[in-house]
Amino acid sequence: MFDLIVFVILVTLGYFFGRLAEQRHFKSIKQREHLYRSVLCFSSRFPPPNPTPVESTLVAGNVVISIDYFKRIAASLRGLLGGRISAYESLLERARREAILRMKKEAKFKGATSIFNVKLETSSITKGKNQQVGCVEVYAYGTALIPVNRG
Amino acid sequence: MLVSNIEIIPGKTISKHLGMVQGNTVRAKHAGRDIMAGIKNIFGGELVGYTELLQEAREEATARMIQQATSIGANAVINVRFSTSSVTSGAAELFVYGTAVVID
Repeated sequence: MFDLIVFVILVTLGYFFGRLAEQRHFKSIKQREHLYRSVLCFSSRFPPPNPTPVESTLVAGNVVISIDYFKRIAASLRGLLGGRISAYESLLERARREAILRMKKEAKFKGATSIFNVKLETSSITKGKNQQVGCVEVYAYGTALIPVNRG
Repeated sequence: MLVSNIEIIPGKTISKHLGMVQGNTVRAKHAGRDIMAGIKNIFGGELVGYTELLQEAREEATARMIQQATSIGANAVINVRFSTSSVTSGAAELFVYGTAVVID
């Protein structure tokens, strides 16, 4: 009985706080995407032949993000039936967009205008209780091109 | 030391290839951070402790790679790749590798 009460409390807490945190995170992501839109990201391997002199440097951004308790339970129930697990889809989307934003922030700080050969790497850090994925890490890295002003 | 993950350095020519260089580090989680992460697993959200831990670990791996590149006389590392693998539960290996070159 006691276990059941704890479980219900955890699910409720996870549902409300998780939703709130996710909404707030998406809002902040949208704002910052607008702020850093001047930094262009490309996944092509080579920058175009450029007549203006540039300097290049490696920039990176990472984030570890965890899923809330309610979504974890919902995802494990979905696992029985099969199909899309939207709880994890939104988690990974948030993580990727956040990692790219942090990379762009570093690039903008260094005065870059574009980032080439952007690679994204995803890995799960912990296995939570019952061998479920607790949180994911996304690492984004690329080569930032910084225009050099000579004159 | 120039580090880049594309195969050319814009505006510079590669005069010599010196082969592959690598750096790695294996990090374990910290008990205090683990407890915090457990709490965060209920509410969801970013695990700042882990983000910092992994960032530090990657910087260390990169520093080791740069040290190796310097010791063989390179002045740039190109085509850098990062890789993560879990060795045992609770520890992660961060691996970084690239090609050491001499540029003019």
